[in-house]
Amino acid sequence: MDFSLLIIQALNGVQLGLLLFLVASGLTLVFGILDFVNLAHGSLYMMGAFICASLTFLFGSFVLAVLVALPLTGVLGFLVERFVARPLYDRDHLDQVLGTFGLILVLDTLAHLIWGPAGIAVPLPGWLQGQIAMSETLVIPTFRLVIIGAGLGAAAGLFWLVNHTRLGMLIRAGASNRTMVSALGIDIQTLFALVFALGAMLAGLAGMLIAPITEASIGMGNNIIITAFVVIIVGGIGSMKGAFIAALMIGLIDTMGRSFLDDLFKLFMSSDAAENSAPAVSAMLIYIIMALVLSLRPQGLFPPRTR
Amino acid sequence: MISLTRRSWLTLAVMALLAVLPPVFYLTGNPYYLDLATRLAILAIAAVSLNLILGYGGLVSFGHAAFVGLGAYAVGIPAHHWLYGGLDFLATTSGLVQIPLAVAVCALFALVTGAICLRTKGVYFIMITMAFAQMIYYLIVSIEEYGGDDGLVIDTRSELPVVNLDNPLHLFGLSYVALVVAMLLVRMIVRSRFGMVLQGAKGNPERMVTLGFNVYAYRLTAYVISGAMSGFAGALLGNFTTFISPEMMDWSRSGELMFMVILGGAATTLGPVLGAIVFIVAEEALSSFTIYWHLPFGLMLMAVVLFARGGLMGMLRGRGEDRE
Repeated sequence: MDFSLLIIQALNGVQLGLLLFLVASGLTLVFGILDFVNLAHGSLYMMGAFICASLTFLFGSFVLAVLVALPLTGVLGFLVERFVARPLYDRDHLDQVLGTFGLILVLDTLAHLIWGPAGIAVPLPGWLQGQIAMSETLVIPTFRLVIIGAGLGAAAGLFWLVNHTRLGMLIRAGASNRTMVSALGIDIQTLFALVFALGAMLAGLAGMLIAPITEASIGMGNNIIITAFVVIIVGGIGSMKGAFIAALMIGLIDTMGRSFLDDLFKLFMSSDAAENSAPAVSAMLIYIIMALVLSLRPQGLFPPRTR
Repeated sequence: MISLTRRSWLTLAVMALLAVLPPVFYLTGNPYYLDLATRLAILAIAAVSLNLILGYGGLVSFGHAAFVGLGAYAVGIPAHHWLYGGLDFLATTSGLVQIPLAVAVCALFALVTGAICLRTKGVYFIMITMAFAQMIYYLIVSIEEYGGDDGLVIDTRSELPVVNLDNPLHLFGLSYVALVVAMLLVRMIVRSRFGMVLQGAKGNPERMVTLGFNVYAYRLTAYVISGAMSGFAGALLGNFTTFISPEMMDWSRSGELMFMVILGGAATTLGPVLGAIVFIVAEEALSSFTIYWHLPFGLMLMAVVLFARGGLMGMLRGRGEDRE
């Protein structure tokens, strides 16, 4: 096994893990506090990517586009909360799932109407396009490091917000006991809308970060949302720490599985059998991990204490 | 004299129309409508089976399309080997092997995943059923032998005694009869002691446990029955399309099945069928107008969830008639 390939794949795994965390943190935040299942969270990720793509062409600057697209995705999240999520808070999860499933169809088709059926490639500025040579064989694209940095930064900011600010205190209190918080005179409606918009911005940021690599495309959110579900199931729904650890774990396992599982299998089976079975097993790997975790701990690795 | 409720009359009327209209269209030169009705009947079987656990059992499974897809592949894979060689023990076009295989594979998949899923509840259950379905989706996509992403084209339908599935009328007839059997089967199950326990556990699982019922085992059994029935629907769907692709088990397909059940009215005999009818007809009508038909369709879905609780059957409920 090639050592520099191992490092590159590990970095790819961390990158995927951090993007997953950005999507999953919004999901787990919204579920933990609002008790609301938002299937359409992936569509906010997609909208983030598309808005950022359009703005990049408008401003001619990717960084400026991200800075403007972030609040715009927040506003979109705010609108979704007001018109779709709020009427469904008191319903059972089934209604929430179906309502937001309808919202996915609507948002995907809107993206199709506005941006057309093909994906949009997002150009990067020159200083982000280069590569950094760590050694002769180890070359890492600069933008991948930027994604990792931005992901870690957003995660740190989120933990600071939740654990060390007044808003975070309200969020945590809301997650423990919604009724009590509103009885103490806190405007729970506004708090909910803020949480929702925050989740939308985080998912949107993940979409903006991945867009220059994969391009913004319709349905991109529908792939990542399932993996984000796996992340929050494994981490424990409602737990921010669980989402972070599970996201990195799932990101690493998925990436490493796809690149190295055939080598691993060759240790104890014929190379033909290894090459045939490895792709199938690596495609299922994260779900197998999820099943294992759930059979041992049905509430996930870090179940929130209250609930 | 047996007095029928308004609802039973409606059920009989809808099923009679569904039996008569499509063949009439076919014989008067509109074969397209027979195809539509065949697809409708097959998807309605899947919706009826989902209704057993979702409507009566209160178990929100978001992965039912996986059973349909697995059932279709259980027809497609033996046919593929029969056409192109390899795996001789599996290669066959006999429906008497393929269809039981579809049912058995789905029952087994339901048993294994159900055993894990049913340890969880609420939103965990929704997400984990969805994740397992996606697992099967990615598994099929990763197997190049069976076409991966592109799917599997099978030029040969299941061979059965008496009926010839290459004849559209026979295929529709088989699908229709299977749908009626599925409806009667689910109706029989929910009226049995087993079904009473299942419905009791929906309302109050703790009480049923305290009464001494092993709720987990009852639910798992219902989950396996439901999965096996959807597998049967999948075997029919494979024969209908003769093109089997992973797209059949995409999670949006699962969402559509759930929507059919809710739209028509969960925990009713006719509800899932009515939901499937409205769904398929709306889909056909909207998609013939515009390629952006998902937009009004999504809005309709949201409107149904927000404003039409109890589904169509809920609206049609006569005065003084209780739930079935």
